[in-house]
Amino acid sequence: MSNRLINWFRFSSPHNFYPLAGKMIPVFWMLTALFGVAGLWMGFFVAPTDAQQGEGYRIIFIHVPASWMSMVIYMAMAAWAAVGLSLNARLSSMMAQALAPTGALMAFLSLWTGAFWGKPMWGTWWVWDARITSELILFFLYLGFMALQASIDDPRRADKAGAVLALVGAVNVPIIYYSVVWWNTLHQGSSINLTKSSMAVTMMWGMLLMALCLWMYSIAVALTRVRAIILEREAHTDWVKQLKEIKA
Amino acid sequence: MIWNSASDFFAMGGYGLYVWGSFGICAVAFLAEPLLIRMRHREIVRTLRRQAAAEKLELENK
Repeated sequence: MSNRLINWFRFSSPHNFYPLAGKMIPVFWMLTALFGVAGLWMGFFVAPTDAQQGEGYRIIFIHVPASWMSMVIYMAMAAWAAVGLSLNARLSSMMAQALAPTGALMAFLSLWTGAFWGKPMWGTWWVWDARITSELILFFLYLGFMALQASIDDPRRADKAGAVLALVGAVNVPIIYYSVVWWNTLHQGSSINLTKSSMAVTMMWGMLLMALCLWMYSIAVALTRVRAIILEREAHTDWVKQLKEIKA
Repeated sequence: MIWNSASDFFAMGGYGLYVWGSFGICAVAFLAEPLLIRMRHREIVRTLRRQAAAEKLELENK
């Protein structure tokens, strides 16, 4: 095999991935800051006042990105869990484990900011409508995944049990996404679609930049967490004992 | 410019509580999460170092 080719499978071992992740994290933090500043600037100083909701609509710049991320992270978590289950790759299972708390946080923030938006606009913090209820179920799926993994002592068995739960729960994500189409919900439909957009261009950019910011944040945080998980789970191995931050 | 003054900005056209209540909790969460993970990382490194030191001591005393 040509030695000019990068052997990507090399990075599927925790041993090689640990230092690589350490190098990638600062890059993702920089991107988080960049998109965050740009997105907040767009959202608070460029995007115009909404004709119907006044300044209250500006919650959209955090609510929609957080909601998107809660679904994207779940899909990523389920995908890593599936790889871990089928190929018996322990780093994949660790990635799934590293994503879960951040996904749960995004689902919580989606519900929280939704409540703070619903109160002034609909007159209520909470309503049992299809979109909001399915997002709450997503939040509980994350918590269930984390609790199940934590309750099983053998990490490889915990990975398998968690993976099954994550995969079964994945059916909830399209339900959330299409809930506003399938059911008559108080929650409004999607603000962005490919053919026509109901928003001003600057509003859309603010939202997309904030989504990119949360995307980069999630990657940075997941990589940071997976490094801690790697050390915890590989503590008995020689390569961990040889790390310079431990040997010293 | 949309805002005439800083207080105008913070009032958010009467929606201040809701807008800042949303962005505020997110800011807290996005600061706290990386800090908690960093503490978790530091904790495991400290434990591993202690183990390594103990093993070394054991070898020397043999």
